[in-house]
Amino acid sequence: MAALIEVRGLHYRYPDGTAALRGVDFHLEEQESVALLGANGSGKTTFALHLNGLLAGEGSVTVCGLGVNRQSAGQIRRKIGFVFQDSDSQLFMPTVIDDVSFGLLNQGHGAQESAGRALAALERVGMASAAAKAPYHLSAGEKKRVAIAGVLAMDPQILVLDEPTTFLDPPAQRALISLLQELPQAKILITHDACFAAELCTRAVFFDKGRIVGEGSVLELVKSFGWDSAVRR
Amino acid sequence: MHHVVLDQWSRRSSPLHRRDPRAKLIPLIVFLVVLATSHRLLPVFSACLFALLCVTLLWARVPLGGVLARAAIVLPFTIVFAAVTWVAGDPARGAALVLKSYLSALAVLAVVSTTPLPVLLRGVEMLGAPRFLLMVSQFLYRYLFVVSEEAQHMRKAAASRGGSFRAAAGALAVLFARSYKQAGEIHSAMLARGFQGRFHPLAAPHFHAADTAFLIFASSAPVLLRVAIERMV
Repeated sequence: MAALIEVRGLHYRYPDGTAALRGVDFHLEEQESVALLGANGSGKTTFALHLNGLLAGEGSVTVCGLGVNRQSAGQIRRKIGFVFQDSDSQLFMPTVIDDVSFGLLNQGHGAQESAGRALAALERVGMASAAAKAPYHLSAGEKKRVAIAGVLAMDPQILVLDEPTTFLDPPAQRALISLLQELPQAKILITHDACFAAELCTRAVFFDKGRIVGEGSVLELVKSFGWDSAVRR
Repeated sequence: MHHVVLDQWSRRSSPLHRRDPRAKLIPLIVFLVVLATSHRLLPVFSACLFALLCVTLLWARVPLGGVLARAAIVLPFTIVFAAVTWVAGDPARGAALVLKSYLSALAVLAVVSTTPLPVLLRGVEMLGAPRFLLMVSQFLYRYLFVVSEEAQHMRKAAASRGGSFRAAAGALAVLFARSYKQAGEIHSAMLARGFQGRFHPLAAPHFHAADTAFLIFASSAPVLLRVAIERMV
């Protein structure tokens, strides 16, 4: 079976010349959950932004059989749902229901269908009662759930979640783990939280200075890179 | 979380809150035009309009004292011009300036405190205002809270290190840089959900019979009051 995501020799430099990615090879299979681990600035988020064409480097990136480029970006973004680290950046519409419907309306769905699917997505994350609220009236955990609903409503094949546990208290983290475990989509989790990654991911890759320097199970990787103290907690 | 009081008032429930934004905006324009063009028996006419606005605010169940106090925010500006006019030998015109500006602010506040801003902007759009201008206003309003919270965090951080907020220029520069970074992230989040430069509204507000009745009554009330008072002369 062909991989959902296939990345070969990906290089990227920031406009100031700093090398952010130095030859990354990566693949993601159907229904697989992979954790991207690594220190701050190691290239995890920069790498993920290439998957839906928000950044364009050198090398090849293929998603669901489509090469990622300017022409295919629209199609690719239907297949990959990206949950950003800062929910405030993702929830820009005046109300929760407007925000969750945003992607559907952009895809050309009618207002009524979009509202129905948005409400269903909100119900799935336990936020249907907040549909009419303004995003700034929500707590950090609620914002994260609404941000996830925003991408779930679009029914993507792949979910990319950038630091999903940031600002979440332990009960909210537990709720998020339960929610993500129920979702059938393939997932890429960018995280520093080894426990969170271990609960959700069957495989992990470790980024260092723009390269993938290790691959294996989460527990193997955190042990070999000295992150195991975080798991023992 | 710190939110402006007007936003909280605008999300209460009352017959006035439930009216379509257009049914409030058109009477507001009529009110402002009628007030701005009135000259004869202005103190009597102003007193009647003031009473009308007070009854409206009580009906809308918003704190009357709070709205009256907030409307006074325009007075420092107009009193300066009124004083100049008074000194120039036209005290009646100076007094009229103060009365008209205060009543205008009160009328605007009556609408703003009973209509959530996103709904109000949608009403303005439906009345033909340029979409781009409204989009900018919407984003400004949405992220005002985020930037305001950011500023408060910075103030607390400065205070916790024993400093005051004296280094205002430096703090403003940091705040600008953070806001700029966030603007980039918001744009990425919009692209990730298929944004192609156009917002699609989820649903247009419906104009009910009660809205029509309110529109006719609220638009004709200041006109009828003025006609009645001017006939008394």
